[in-house]
Amino acid sequence: MMEVADNVSHEPVAGRAPLVLGRPTFHSITEAVARPAESATPIMWWLLLLPSLGMLSILGVSVGWLVWEGIGVWGLNQPVGWAFDITNFVFWIGIGHAGTLISAVLFLFRQKWRTSINRAAEAMTIFAVMCALLFPGIHIGRPWLAYWMAPLPNQMGTWPGFRSPLLWDFFAVSTYGTVSALFWYVGLIPDLATMRDRAKTQARRIAYGIFALGWRGSARNWQHYEMAYLILAGLATPLVLSVHSIVSMDFAVAQLPGWHTTIFPPYFVAGAIFSGFAMVVTLMVITRKALGLEHIVTLLHFDRMARIMLTTGSIVGYAYSMEFFIAWFSQNPYEQFTFINRAFGPYWWAYWTMITCNVLSPQVFWFKKARSSMVVHFIVSIFINIGMWFERFVIIVTSLHRDFLPSSWGMFYPTMWDFGLLIGSFGLFFTMFLLFIRFLPVIAAAEVKSVLPAADPHHDAHHADDLAHEVTRVSPHLAPKGAH
Amino acid sequence: MPGFLPPFFPEGEHFGLLAEYDSPGALFHACEKVRDAGYSKWDAHSPFPIHGIEKAMGIGRSRLPYVTLVCGLTGVIGGMALQLWANGIAYPMIISGKPFFNWQPYVPITFECGILLAALSTVFGMFAFNKLPMHFHPLFGVERFEKVTDDGFFISVEAWDPKFDAAATERLLASTGATNVQLVPRRGATS
Repeated sequence: MMEVADNVSHEPVAGRAPLVLGRPTFHSITEAVARPAESATPIMWWLLLLPSLGMLSILGVSVGWLVWEGIGVWGLNQPVGWAFDITNFVFWIGIGHAGTLISAVLFLFRQKWRTSINRAAEAMTIFAVMCALLFPGIHIGRPWLAYWMAPLPNQMGTWPGFRSPLLWDFFAVSTYGTVSALFWYVGLIPDLATMRDRAKTQARRIAYGIFALGWRGSARNWQHYEMAYLILAGLATPLVLSVHSIVSMDFAVAQLPGWHTTIFPPYFVAGAIFSGFAMVVTLMVITRKALGLEHIVTLLHFDRMARIMLTTGSIVGYAYSMEFFIAWFSQNPYEQFTFINRAFGPYWWAYWTMITCNVLSPQVFWFKKARSSMVVHFIVSIFINIGMWFERFVIIVTSLHRDFLPSSWGMFYPTMWDFGLLIGSFGLFFTMFLLFIRFLPVIAAAEVKSVLPAADPHHDAHHADDLAHEVTRVSPHLAPKGAH
Repeated sequence: MPGFLPPFFPEGEHFGLLAEYDSPGALFHACEKVRDAGYSKWDAHSPFPIHGIEKAMGIGRSRLPYVTLVCGLTGVIGGMALQLWANGIAYPMIISGKPFFNWQPYVPITFECGILLAALSTVFGMFAFNKLPMHFHPLFGVERFEKVTDDGFFISVEAWDPKFDAAATERLLASTGATNVQLVPRRGATS
């Protein structure tokens, strides 16, 4: 199927390598993207869905038991009053950052390679935000009172305390979930129309047709549509940077050594992008293979994502060492104790798991051989997923378990219900993602078509000129006199 | 099939003419000719946005940003006012001895409210400008038009355009390099 396996290297004369391999036509892109959602359900899909549903039912039981019995079923107590619940929350919301980063930030920077992965990454974002929103909802112990967080007149005549970072967090995460869903849906409309027009049965035509809203590719519609997409990207970019900054203030505004740090907002944002890209890689390595999309989600895309993981992983590593430096530089004994305890205290294993997975493992991406291997990508992405979960665990639990007074020190031991919720949230995530790849177009087909060379209306007329210009740009000595 | 959200069009037997082209470039140049012929109620259709086609069609810039601006500012002002009022007037709370009216801690939620309203208004404003949802449209009765979301490029000229004349407009479209020109009935029919 593929004529070129490697589109990472720059060809000296032809210029940039193609984003999509195999000389695609508009129709072949439509076929490749729509076919997986139209063909018979593969047995592999059921084999993956069943364990996911099993994990999802663990979530149901764990949440049900928690609501029935109260948060005493978890292992947290004084002094560790936040543990798996907030760890899971920050972990999932962090994963949810890659989708918007790919869609919005890379869109504003005109990174055309994003078109092959943005749809799946955005879907992943929404499912991760769903998992994340579960935890603040249930960790308050009385989920039926969650509406107290909303600015509604309630029976006590009080209002939420808007000076609290926890309330900022509620607004940030719910806004982020809403805007991500809008962004995703707006991007889906043209492709839903494709699914509608290709539908073989009336039921499919109606189901896709309702959500396609009667889209008919009108240029007058495209004009407003593209403007809406640009504005949404412009809004989502500061939003995505604000969300994890605000999440980090849940900690940074507190007085606890290990939390009370000004480095937290940028450090959390870098970590969020890092973990989000790792999850995109984990999912796309499997999805592209399973759905036969290797010519659309190519090695070039993984190469780019590996570079982003290497960069953000190194930023996170810098933040870890800067925390130690500031602890020493401040000469604050509580701060110093916290960090020495973090690395060499009872939770040393969590700390060094974090360092190995987050800082050391992505360093292999300095090498082109590693960036070109799907196996390496998959393994490193799993390491990063694990490492980033441990990062949040380390920040939350090791800071809480030994603070100012030795008399109030303690340890945290998770119960089976803590693990049930962690496993269950993965069940929710995988179930949603499997439903997504079964029923919706996994690639933003309209966007991929628009970055093909043939999509340029002046493609035919200027092709010869372009090539000449390209030669000039790459090898000036070949240029005819007077041209530059 | 009359859909549940049909468009409102003037009465008449025909919706207009539909011309098909084989590439984005052909559509682009045809648009320039239809524009120069002075038509106003017509449209181009393509599976993806074609760069620069709004100039070829002679249509202006989208006014959507104004909607976003107004609603975003409403969100900003509303968000700040809500917090100042709720924590300063309706239920003043002493927190760490801080003043009741200080704007600094209210910045994050003000920002989020602004983004939320701006994003919602952008999406629903785009739907309103585009008259979506519109689940029924005469063009959906044309079997050939199904390609528009795959690899088809079309121009539709509506019958109530002041310059529309079935024979003359058909000649114009044929002269722009269309591979097919056909008359589209007012209500759904196949051809």
